[in-house]
Amino acid sequence: MSERDQHDGVNRRKVLECMTWAGTGVLWTLSGGVPRSLGLVDQALAAEPQGLTFLQISDSHIGFDKPANPNAIGTLEESINKIKTLPVKPAFMIHTGDITHLSKEKEFDDAQRIISQAGLDTHYVPGEHDIIDPEVKIYKERYGKDAKGAGWYSFDANGVHFVGLVNVANLKAGGQGSLGADQLKWLADDLAGKSASTPVVVFAHIPLWVVYKEWGWGTEDAAQALDLMKKFGSITVLNGHIHQVMQKVEGNVTFHTARSTAFPQPAPGTAPSPGPMKVADDKLRSVLGIAEVTMRQGQDRLATIVDTALQG
Amino acid sequence: MFHQHDNRHLPRVVHLAVAILATAAFFTAARAEEVTVKIDNFTFTPETLTVKPGTTVKWTNVDDIPHTVTSATRGTFKSQALDTDDTFTFTFKEPGTYEYFCALHPHMTATITVEGKVGEVAPDAGAKMNPGAHSSPHSGTH
Repeated sequence: MSERDQHDGVNRRKVLECMTWAGTGVLWTLSGGVPRSLGLVDQALAAEPQGLTFLQISDSHIGFDKPANPNAIGTLEESINKIKTLPVKPAFMIHTGDITHLSKEKEFDDAQRIISQAGLDTHYVPGEHDIIDPEVKIYKERYGKDAKGAGWYSFDANGVHFVGLVNVANLKAGGQGSLGADQLKWLADDLAGKSASTPVVVFAHIPLWVVYKEWGWGTEDAAQALDLMKKFGSITVLNGHIHQVMQKVEGNVTFHTARSTAFPQPAPGTAPSPGPMKVADDKLRSVLGIAEVTMRQGQDRLATIVDTALQG
Repeated sequence: MFHQHDNRHLPRVVHLAVAILATAAFFTAARAEEVTVKIDNFTFTPETLTVKPGTTVKWTNVDDIPHTVTSATRGTFKSQALDTDDTFTFTFKEPGTYEYFCALHPHMTATITVEGKVGEVAPDAGAKMNPGAHSSPHSGTH
């Protein structure tokens, strides 16, 4: 961190440029396992073209038209437009599920048409809303052809190992999100050959830690997945599903959830149910948004995550 | 204005259709009980329900989020995803305890207990009702 502080003067102007698009973005940096909200300088550094920067969007719920946001298509378009104006072009994008609201072909078509306008390769994992077509086949046909099981896979970029997991399929009564034995076995094999110094980014729809069990906001066998990763020095877990920003750090694991581009949900336990939350029309865009993740090799092994609302 | 004019010619046909449907509904209702369960605020209401064999249970989702009605232990019934105002019905013939949940939000659980002798209601109740499950998604605005 002291290294970064030395960059203060150099980056002032960049900071200001940055703030014009950052809106209410919240920056966290993680060092030694302790999250620290940082000043503007680091926010500017996040925009420096070094290391790997990629984007996360989530919960676009195309097809949703209820009072909490009658125009989920419009707010996804706004999100993509925001991505197009970022000062540093991200390497690619991940979408952490609930692309659609009801798994309809037209919803997938609309989502694809809009998201592709970002001009970025996009890696998906399904949310529970993406696998409710009667034959449960559309998501896999479109996004999971090369994936295993219900759609899990891994890839490497800039020395970072990315793992996309599915924790929304074959859920059991009374339970939460679930990865299942087959996926855990695959994960063990997938990670086996990786060196401990490889930064790992894991993304899945439902949080891989228990945010609020009463609302099913957790994954019952996530601990087994994390156990398989414990040798790695830098683990970043990116999730959606709860339509709000949450962050937690445990040792060398950073857990983070992104906002939805469609509608907000209440903070845990603050409402009778986790359903869509209606906010004043002029507040909606302040609770929707995207997340930008930067991995800086050689300087900081943990990810820097900037959440940006559609409007401040 | 043209619509009003047109409507004057419709009632007789409509009334006939309504009469036929009402008659059918009357006989069905007379032979088998129908009980409703509401899905609201991510909860099945009532969460526990005791019915006689031959009872048809009708679930209606009033949430802004889709849910399912999925048998937990017996694999006997399983709805499609029910969007807002969609319904699902199932007729319980055999006594027993039927636990079910929402396959999308599995913390949502509920139980239906079927108590009593199988022959306690009219023997043809099950035959006249659709014996299996039936989802009736209403066309929404999507």
